[in-house]
Amino acid sequence: MAMFSQNPLVNGPNYSISDMPRVNAPEGAREHRFDPYTDNGGSTLAIAGADFTVMAGDTRLTSGYSINSRHHPKLFKIGGTTADQKDATIVLSVVGFAADGEALKERLDAICKMYRYRHGKPMSVKACAQRLSTILYQKRFFPYYAYAILGGLDEEGKGAVYSYDPVGSYEREQCRAGGAAASLIMPFLDNQVNFKNQYIPHSGEGHALLERERRPLARHEVETLVKDAFDGAVERHIEVGDGLQMMIITKEGIEEVLLPLKKD
Amino acid sequence: MFRNNYDNDSVTFSPQGRIFQVEYAAEAVKQGSVVVGIASNTHAVLVAIKRNAEELSSYQKKLFPIDEHVGIAIAGLTSDARVLSNFMKQQCLGHRLTYGRSMPVRTLVEMIGSKAQINTQHYGKRPYGVGLLVAGVDDQGPHLFEFQPSGMTEEMVAFAIGARSQMARTYLEKNLDKFADCGREELIRHGLRALKESLVQDRELTVDNTSVGVAGLVASDQDGTTKVEPFTVYDQQEVSAWIDSVADDKEGGASAAEGEGGTMEVDS
Amino acid sequence: MDHRPQAWGRPRDDVYGAYDASYLQTSGPKTATQSPVVTGTSVIAIKFRDGVVMAADNLASYGSLARFTDVKRLRPFLSTSVVGFGGDVSDMQFLDRHLTELAIDESYEHEHSENPAKSQLNAANLHKYLSKLMYRRRNDFDPLWNQILVAGFDSSSKPFLASVDLRGTTFTSPSLASGFGAMLAQPIMRRYAATEEDAARLSREEAVNVVKECMKVLFYRDARSLDRYSIAVVTKDGVELSEDEQLEKQSWAFAERIRGYGTQTV
Repeated sequence: MAMFSQNPLVNGPNYSISDMPRVNAPEGAREHRFDPYTDNGGSTLAIAGADFTVMAGDTRLTSGYSINSRHHPKLFKIGGTTADQKDATIVLSVVGFAADGEALKERLDAICKMYRYRHGKPMSVKACAQRLSTILYQKRFFPYYAYAILGGLDEEGKGAVYSYDPVGSYEREQCRAGGAAASLIMPFLDNQVNFKNQYIPHSGEGHALLERERRPLARHEVETLVKDAFDGAVERHIEVGDGLQMMIITKEGIEEVLLPLKKD
Repeated sequence: MFRNNYDNDSVTFSPQGRIFQVEYAAEAVKQGSVVVGIASNTHAVLVAIKRNAEELSSYQKKLFPIDEHVGIAIAGLTSDARVLSNFMKQQCLGHRLTYGRSMPVRTLVEMIGSKAQINTQHYGKRPYGVGLLVAGVDDQGPHLFEFQPSGMTEEMVAFAIGARSQMARTYLEKNLDKFADCGREELIRHGLRALKESLVQDRELTVDNTSVGVAGLVASDQDGTTKVEPFTVYDQQEVSAWIDSVADDKEGGASAAEGEGGTMEVDS
Repeated sequence: MDHRPQAWGRPRDDVYGAYDASYLQTSGPKTATQSPVVTGTSVIAIKFRDGVVMAADNLASYGSLARFTDVKRLRPFLSTSVVGFGGDVSDMQFLDRHLTELAIDESYEHEHSENPAKSQLNAANLHKYLSKLMYRRRNDFDPLWNQILVAGFDSSSKPFLASVDLRGTTFTSPSLASGFGAMLAQPIMRRYAATEEDAARLSREEAVNVVKECMKVLFYRDARSLDRYSIAVVTKDGVELSEDEQLEKQSWAFAERIRGYGTQTV
């Protein structure tokens, strides 16, 4: 099972559909096994700024070619004191198998709430990120099929984004796209956030060309970037669309924005 | 304290039909400093006197938040209370996880009731040496419950447990009719006045020794629906305004509550 | 011939061979549903201004055989919610018994409260519970082979409709349909309630008509469906469940024009 790669499952198109004909089943044989996983499509994205983090995800939930729901959020506030998470400071995004994503989110939230109860203070993003990795790895041999991204502000108030694979490998990054359209969005981010392949014109010949200097992006630039990334993904990937949910984490709290995307 | 041969365990009745270990446990509650709880139509409050073992030590916490909508006040063995508090916290989290709602307060209290009762009927076990006041709000409105080491639980309008709590209860009984329609602030003041009743001669309410906890229902501005005011504990400077507001009450201020009408009954 | 009373009424060993008692064994590998056996087809539901309408036909199929034609696949819960089952019928019956037990426990729990309906489990709570149950069973590799729709009201008294399947995947939408209904009925229902706002403008009568129309389309095109069906309307006043509805005003004229499969190959 090509579960851990974001490459095409078989030789077919890059759709994550579990009902695909099983090519390796012997002729006439019916496979007698319950497949506990499906891919519910969708895409997520996170970008860290100097003093903020923007998390985003589309709100479509698919199975196969069907749209199950046009409004199924993939972004969750984590670790607030109340059920409505009004005072939360951390956001988790999950794509992949929706039921595993939901279970993962509830697990992490319960742990953050117990941490607050025991220590009388909220968990830092760094600690939460480490703990999320442990949660994922604990199910190493029956993994949560979910690509998680955790966002917040670090101890110095800088934007922090941590990205994960389904079994808990993680790293802190400037930006990360996850899910169905990750392969479409990530190169765009490399170019627009980290200025990859951008050079200063006339600064030299060939290898002597100077790279464009990196600078932290302003909040409005990041928000525009996120919208453009999703408009592009919607155009080229059938599992992405309907709505764009954005959460902007600043020291003032978490701002939530819901924007329309194409519904086709 | 040795009474007779029937107090070595909690599985043996005395010939008079009493279980002494359970009664001793109830005594442990009376060793703890006093806590008061009152419920109105909109709020449930807990107020407590904190004690420090000596001048140099910190004050022992008396109020604990359990979940968004519930909190407890403890009188007795703090370490036993922590076991119950952890248990309640876990149950509330679990209930929220499986049903997506806050646990009804009565259900929660009955759970610790059953848990405590087991300790009174099994050889080698010890009853919890702590009494609780459980305050919270659910779909049925605000609630106040009393919990005793025997496993007894009871819904109350207002109650006090702990050392010298009889004085506080007398105050509460005298003002019983006023509580239902009390606002948030007035309810807290009633709690503090009850607390003052139980203080020994030269002691006073201070920001160091007083804790206040409130949970309630508040009407939200937009659509007339009610929202839950999460259980919050107030300490130190947060309680100073409330303490000041009951400071000028007359000494033995059982009658000073509303300033009018109640001046006749001074003692009982 | 064995004339002992112990042998009376039993198949004769000399004719049928010794009785195979292997299925009585309690040891051996644990068994779990690996595929559904007797199945129900689509369940469909749509929200409207002050409630939800849900429908499912009364057929339980054994493969392509229309095996049981009077199986009720909608059940009310505490007379405030409705649960609709698609998929394996024995798993549905297990869940039905389980929900009955849950409803009894819940009724006793709030026996003494002034307003029991307020503190009892609502549809949103019930859906959460069922999703946890289904997800747990999938984690145990012993799934309950169903797709379930839950209709009723949430804690803020707004109409509630949500789905959970054998893997524990949950979602909500103004209209929902399981199985074949997702292909055939959902597009029709979405014409009337594409968004929550649309659904909030829909009247009860309109919603019932849409659902009835969808049941008809499903009967035309779903080979595992039946023209007898159950329909439930959940409002603040409770659940109105009718379990013996008959599809009306069918028109099979379109079938005349169908070419390309079956016996008419040209």
